[in-house]
Amino acid sequence: MNSLDSYLFISSMLFCLGLFGVITRRNAIAVLMGVELILNAANINFVAFSKFNGMNLDGHIFALLVIVLAAAEAAVALAIIINIYNNMNTVNIDDVSELKR
Amino acid sequence: MADIVFWIISALTVMSAAFVVLNNQLVYSAVALLFTLFGTAGLYVFLWADFIAGIQILVYVGGILVLVIFGIMLTNKIKSVRISHKSMQQGVGGVVIFWFFIFLFLALTKAPWVVTEAIEPVGTVRGIGILLLTDYLLPFEIISVLLLGALIGAAVLSRGDS
Repeated sequence: MNSLDSYLFISSMLFCLGLFGVITRRNAIAVLMGVELILNAANINFVAFSKFNGMNLDGHIFALLVIVLAAAEAAVALAIIINIYNNMNTVNIDDVSELKR
Repeated sequence: MADIVFWIISALTVMSAAFVVLNNQLVYSAVALLFTLFGTAGLYVFLWADFIAGIQILVYVGGILVLVIFGIMLTNKIKSVRISHKSMQQGVGGVVIFWFFIFLFLALTKAPWVVTEAIEPVGTVRGIGILLLTDYLLPFEIISVLLLGALIGAAVLSRGDS
């Protein structure tokens, strides 16, 4: 538990799982959950490097900013998804390709 | 003892994250995301980041997860808890992500990080507060304006044309 590598291992695993969710899921909300996992992985890295760099609190500030950005992103993304559902009656992101035509 | 707890928490985090991306029922995914977020908060406690752990639980579990569940409920014709959806190309995606993970892990662990030992602080709230109002005042203000804008935008977007 006292090594940087174990935290890096866990955060890279979370990042890869989140990326897997983003590229394989087709429900927009499930994609959003993958993005949340990726942001969590980034946050673990920030806080871990902060601890192992002599308890430097700069990483904590960055983690806070990332959490706030994640909240804003979730709110806006869910508003957009609900709009898509109201207009097209689906949240499958493969069906929402109006801009490609 | 602390080692055992650490590995239990990290196993819980990673396994529930895998459940989030592999399960086909959306509501189950959301509940598994709850355990991932709690596990992440536990990891923050191990990293001596008590304030970040509290904020993680407040904002992620109390805010974002509730929003996600609202989103699931509002974008499906609810008949039961079993709101399913399909994934695509899991085989190819799994292979690519596996090699990407190997690459990422080797890159992160082979790198010669400079580790500086530190003593455990009494609490991080005081230090974070001082930093937020001195060195990071501008990012703090910008992020609060951005949050306000995002919340107003989300309210306007989801109200529709009425």
